[in-house]
Amino acid sequence: MIKDDKRKAMLEKAYIQHNYQESGLLEILHSAQGIYGYLDKDLLLDVADSLNLPPSHVYGVATFYNYFKLKKPGMHVVTGCLGTACYVKSVEQIMTAIEQEFSLKRGGSTADGKLSLLSTRCIGACAMAPNIVVDDEVIGKATKEVVIAKIREKLGCEAVETR
Amino acid sequence: MLHVTLQQGGASINPNNVRLRINGSEVAVPEGTTILKAAALNGVEIPTLCEIEGLTPYGGCRLCIVEVSGTSKLFPACTTPAAQGMEVTTQSPKLYEYRKMVLQTLLAERTHICAVCVANEHCELQANANNHGVDHVMYERNWSCESIDSSHEFLVIDRNRCILCTRCIRVCDQIEGAHTLDLKFRSKSTNVIMDQDQNWGQAMSCTSCRKCAKVCPVGAIYIENENIEFTKDRDIAAFLSKRRRRSR
Repeated sequence: MIKDDKRKAMLEKAYIQHNYQESGLLEILHSAQGIYGYLDKDLLLDVADSLNLPPSHVYGVATFYNYFKLKKPGMHVVTGCLGTACYVKSVEQIMTAIEQEFSLKRGGSTADGKLSLLSTRCIGACAMAPNIVVDDEVIGKATKEVVIAKIREKLGCEAVETR
Repeated sequence: MLHVTLQQGGASINPNNVRLRINGSEVAVPEGTTILKAAALNGVEIPTLCEIEGLTPYGGCRLCIVEVSGTSKLFPACTTPAAQGMEVTTQSPKLYEYRKMVLQTLLAERTHICAVCVANEHCELQANANNHGVDHVMYERNWSCESIDSSHEFLVIDRNRCILCTRCIRVCDQIEGAHTLDLKFRSKSTNVIMDQDQNWGQAMSCTSCRKCAKVCPVGAIYIENENIEFTKDRDIAAFLSKRRRRSR
């Protein structure tokens, strides 16, 4: 993954921007995730080597924050909001329904790697609770049926696009 | 994450000294000394699990909480610097109850079973629990099932017994300088890791110096087939750091 030249050059640019300083670690991890989509162990090791930091420290920082993904996300990402308002409005039930419908687990992806289901803390749209985010589209006042239909639509589109 | 610097020293007559009262008796310590250190210098012992001399304070276990006059807030003695005119109480029924609570939460968090632990009778958690009359745990236990790693030649980590005091991590970073150990994730899933969450046997940066096993307050890190009495050495960090300072 790290050998891809174009992306490696972009990562190198991020290092230079922060002058290879350890204080730039978080920013660099942000950029790295932006460039590669997720942070795998080779990538984290590259960051550790470039900033002269212990690998365990970099790994610790990357796992501490919910934002950083250590596993490759699916082509489409569904995120359930687990903030208080959404929780009270039983977002859990919708997420369980998605899990059953597409046979995947929270924090994981389907076997074909097309769909992942994640959870997040409050997305700040409490008035519209419960919220489910499908790719970059927020579905407010979500119901099982609407969300599953939306995901099916997205997955269907994918098949058309790849043709 | 663990970077708090402290000035330490033993000078008693110094214009920079601060005067404070610990349990009623007046003491003078150099500015910047923590309450815990000030108390220790004057023969007052405060129970603690994460603090160890020679390493930066962490303030994680909350066992060293003390009362300071003028506020109802409790302060961790290991990270609070002594201030001029401070009146500190280290023993009171209130503190006793709070410490008891802290110990019970620690015992409830992971699976601590003294009878089958290598550190039985040489465990700081057990000793503190005994001293505070903890004869049962009033909280619902997690019974979490953490991993055990014995892939290293002789060092073993049983994360079920870990209290996340980070002594091993600090000694590895600050004394040995290897920083093989660190924490991953947060809250309930926090755990001690080697390098990139590898098996210990495959962690390249580990120098097998054993210091992590020496400072572990419980039986989480131990040396295979070695009597835990020989392994444990609380003073190793202070011993090494003091001499290191002199040679500079």
